[in-house]
Amino acid sequence: MTTALLAAIVAAGFAIAIHTAHAGGGPALWAGLVLLVGLSAWLVGRLAELGGGKSWRGRALALLAPLAFGAVALALWEALVVGFAVPMVLLPAPSAIAQRIAASSGLLLTDFVQTFIKAVLVGYALGGLFGFGVALLVDRLPFLRRGLLPVANLVSALPVIGIAPIAVMWFGFDWPSKAAVVVVMTFFPMLVNTLAGLAETGRLERDLMRSYAAGHVQTLWMLRLPAALPFIFTALKVNAPLALIGAIVAEFFGSPTQGMGFRITTEAAKLALDLVWAEIVVAAVAGTAFYGCVALVERAATFWHPSIRA
Amino acid sequence: MRFRETALPVLVVAAALAVLWYLAAIALNWQVVANTLARSGQHFGTWDILAGTLGYNRPLLPAPHQILDELWRSTVPLPVTSRRSLVLHGWITLEAALVGFGLGVAAGVLAAVAIVHIRALERSLMPWIIASQAIPVLALAPIVIVALGTLGLEGLLPKALIAAYLCFFPVAIAMTKGLNAPDLLARDLMRTYSASRAQVFWKLRVPSSLPFLFAGLKIAAAGAVVGAIVAELPTGAQAGLGARLLSGSYYGQTLQIWAALLAAAMLSATLVGLLAATERLVNRRMGVRA
Repeated sequence: MTTALLAAIVAAGFAIAIHTAHAGGGPALWAGLVLLVGLSAWLVGRLAELGGGKSWRGRALALLAPLAFGAVALALWEALVVGFAVPMVLLPAPSAIAQRIAASSGLLLTDFVQTFIKAVLVGYALGGLFGFGVALLVDRLPFLRRGLLPVANLVSALPVIGIAPIAVMWFGFDWPSKAAVVVVMTFFPMLVNTLAGLAETGRLERDLMRSYAAGHVQTLWMLRLPAALPFIFTALKVNAPLALIGAIVAEFFGSPTQGMGFRITTEAAKLALDLVWAEIVVAAVAGTAFYGCVALVERAATFWHPSIRA
Repeated sequence: MRFRETALPVLVVAAALAVLWYLAAIALNWQVVANTLARSGQHFGTWDILAGTLGYNRPLLPAPHQILDELWRSTVPLPVTSRRSLVLHGWITLEAALVGFGLGVAAGVLAAVAIVHIRALERSLMPWIIASQAIPVLALAPIVIVALGTLGLEGLLPKALIAAYLCFFPVAIAMTKGLNAPDLLARDLMRTYSASRAQVFWKLRVPSSLPFLFAGLKIAAAGAVVGAIVAELPTGAQAGLGARLLSGSYYGQTLQIWAALLAAAMLSATLVGLLAATERLVNRRMGVRA
């Protein structure tokens, strides 16, 4: 009960503080903010004790602490930026970014389609499919496996994003060159993880399949691929933000006059930082949602795995 | 026996890739070279085109020996102060990457220590750190460059900061996992020895976190190089490997792009290799048996 009261006080306090900041601020504002930060720390500390366990109620309660932490950080950002009159070039207030998102939603949507729907999704799908296919091939040839795995591990540590200018030269300025960068970036994690997953089944299970006179394809389909699924989903989850980063950064090297990476560089050069932040918010939401979708599919597909059942 | 098991397959695969590369270079450059030769009006045969595809100075895909040749020409004969020297550009990028790596790793380890010891932080901050993995942080690079630029900060520091925040997340996550790795049994044992919090930290948590830390450090090192390179793009930087990539892309200097790419790859591989060697050394000192 105290926690709810505390939360209400903190929320009301921040509402007043932000209002005062917009109205001009003053020394009382800073004293108030220091007090509010102290109260917030107490509140988050109390909320952190709540929840836990496997029930839905416990899980929802466990979300309260991070949510409160995020809300406090956002409110503090708003109050400080407005109160100190921080120039927009340095850091725009959250409210300014929200206004920009509302005002330029059409522009943001075109950029989103250009970068995410075209480059990211196409590149992600192709890179994953190639990686998976090559892994199935390599798996049949142990010699190739021993030779290719160190090479693949090496490549995954390299700044693959540097191939973007070469991709532009080969595939033109439009989204196919960005998708090509994404394909190369997502290929190796998928290859390495699928190979690790295919090696996951034990001697015993494989011998059992042999005693059933199962062929290579049957063993693969009924035993080894299901066992490899958690690894494949690990690669899919690693690849999701990687694909988004790849597509955005590849646009830094030249692109048609749309796309999230293009907008970020050109508007940053024009010091229109609120639009840049708006693109970042879209990218962050898209990235998290993409990752979340993959994680949901993973829960549905590998429900039997101990890490999900636990 | 060991050679046949490990080195031989890698060598064969590398050789096969090189052969494929040469074939691809011939196929991709064929048309361009044939057109150039036809325009020059001289008499030429198939053999001339074939030779041309492997020696053309603006190829769609340069042959490996051309890239190595360009790498040689832009490093060894030039003084390191030359604007065309890859050593200079590589050092500029490496400097930013190393400073950023240091900052990011220090911040990541500190965050992990705080998260492990303050329960409220673990419950409220950790979900955000994990969620931030799904956010394309690298897209923030232009903002950091521009914002710090208006404060008069240019050159090394903004690049190092971008490299630092790419290092922060993997290190913070790996280190938190590592510091929490000791199981209940080990912690109970420390309790029966009536060990203090500091003793539990230094004698149990820190040693058991090292494998996780090194895994995070390797990801962070690769990230630092990428961060430093990307940080050089938005301002159209004058120097650094990223600037070489960008200017090569503007002027169609294929060889320059590939040489810069190879230099970046070697930088990154060297850093990761050094970390792996340190890890082996530390493991031996700590008595880990492979």
